[in-house]
Amino acid sequence: MAFLEVNHLKKYFDVAAGLNHAVDDVTFTIEKGHTMGIVGESGCGKSTLGRTIIRLLDATDGQVILDGEDITNARGHELRRLREKVSIVFQDPYSSLNPRFCVDETIREPLEKARRFKRREIDDMTEELMDLVGIEDRLRMAYPHEMDGGRRQRVGIARALALRPSFIMCDEPVSALDVSIQAQVLNLLMDLQEKMGLTYMFVTHDLSVVRHISDDISVMYLGQMVETCPTKEIFANPLHPYTKALLSAIPSIDIDHPMKRVALKGEITSAINPKPGCRFAPRCPYAKEECSQPQQLIEARPGHFVSCCRVHEVN
Amino acid sequence: MSETAVAAAPKKRRKKESMFKQVFKRLSKNPAAMTGLIVLGIIIILAIIGPYIAPYDPNYMDYANMYATPNAQHWLGCDQLGRDLLSRLLCGGKYSLSLGIIAAMVGLILGTFFGCLVGYAGKTVDNVAMRICDIWSAIPGMLLAVLISTALGTGFFNTILAMTAGAIPGSIRNTRALVLKEREMEYLEAAKAMNCNLFEIIFQHMLPNIISFKIIGTCGNIGASIMQASGLSYIGLGVPTTIPEWGAMCASARNYFLDYPHMILIPGGVILITVLCFNLFGDGLRDAMDPRLKD
Repeated sequence: MAFLEVNHLKKYFDVAAGLNHAVDDVTFTIEKGHTMGIVGESGCGKSTLGRTIIRLLDATDGQVILDGEDITNARGHELRRLREKVSIVFQDPYSSLNPRFCVDETIREPLEKARRFKRREIDDMTEELMDLVGIEDRLRMAYPHEMDGGRRQRVGIARALALRPSFIMCDEPVSALDVSIQAQVLNLLMDLQEKMGLTYMFVTHDLSVVRHISDDISVMYLGQMVETCPTKEIFANPLHPYTKALLSAIPSIDIDHPMKRVALKGEITSAINPKPGCRFAPRCPYAKEECSQPQQLIEARPGHFVSCCRVHEVN
Repeated sequence: MSETAVAAAPKKRRKKESMFKQVFKRLSKNPAAMTGLIVLGIIIILAIIGPYIAPYDPNYMDYANMYATPNAQHWLGCDQLGRDLLSRLLCGGKYSLSLGIIAAMVGLILGTFFGCLVGYAGKTVDNVAMRICDIWSAIPGMLLAVLISTALGTGFFNTILAMTAGAIPGSIRNTRALVLKEREMEYLEAAKAMNCNLFEIIFQHMLPNIISFKIIGTCGNIGASIMQASGLSYIGLGVPTTIPEWGAMCASARNYFLDYPHMILIPGGVILITVLCFNLFGDGLRDAMDPRLKD
């Protein structure tokens, strides 16, 4: 059985203009020790999806099953236990670290909040965690503003690892960093995964990052999941018209096979009170009448799910 | 990461200094703040021991020396009733200072507490609370103070209550604005993700990041409170007239200002210095409490 199972998850926000379908009927699974990459453009609901799964936001509808346990409606004691089992690494390591807490305080806080360790144990564990993510001991009393982005993000990762969680939601953990630091942080995350058997959900808009780190990839468009399959498969054989367009945007340096860009027409539509059916249809070069019907996630090839009724005609 | 494995030798743990020690250390490097603190200390000590070292009874009327300018017998001169100004300043200090400080502090504490809750709760709570504040602050602070003083009668604590009542809505509004800016920060979400409850999120994580802005405002309010207390005394609603409160001294000297300016300049100057010191100290304290401005 899959480690994390997300079934028809929905998260709607009541906004002045109507109901914002930020996450609409998303279904996928992650195996233990695997990394699921969630890609999509800005504002498509990737981060909301992640936050809803780890219960920083409450789901409107649907179900999240972690390690055989339904966590969608966990309350009180259950929720406290869940918060120790899952954690989150944020996008912006400046805003995600309290500017008044030094490194030591930031890392030890989750340990203190667990209320079952002694002071000495916490001291030792904090030191271990700093070693683990590679922060020098001299930075123990440093404040976030005194460190560079990479170190700050390492502190954020150390904090996320403090209680030995089994699942980590990485919310664009490298997009605020410059490229050389990105590689360091990504490799650190992958090392840790190997050492500790972590399961990641990796939200990003950076396709080269997701290709590097993920075992499986899900593509989101305006709150809906349009395609989900193993990483190799999606790069070799994208089926959904949106995925094709998205992947064609990766710059190519191969002069014999220059990138053939699929240029999308029109603007991204709104997720507020959307019409039923495929949300990509207004911009899709292959759209037909049946696209305005609600779409099903269908297994077009083994292990390759796509939410497009015309998938066979298109490909 | 390989070098961390090599450094297996037992490391000495550096201990973090306590918050208070840290702040004081940084504060001591700021000459303006230290000047403010030292002068303030002198003023407060004088206000406490004042009644014992005052040369005259503050209410003793020396008719031979009415309107006296500063001289050897009366160092700071006398007022229109021949009362020694130095004695009055020394005896009135504790009332003025405690009125100003307590009123401003109560405003700070209540305003910050409710402002944090309201700002963090958002939505309906925020809306309702803000409309109440609107109505509340539509009544001028002074009028509200007069109303409460009239209803409850004069006296030290009633005066504090009367003055605080007008200051709270502003303080709540101001705190709320700071909270709204701060609550977008991801570290609050991180706190939630590591099992902090609502109070820990608000008061352990968010409050330290906004309190410095509140402190500077409160130091300014202390001065305003001293002046407001004097206003209430002037219309007979503040502390009883037998108490030589500084603001009341200024108020009663108003009519003689052109002929005997020392009667208003001396208590006024003392209030000015006190307020200035509070501001210098508050300014330094804000900087000292912010690790981002360290050194």
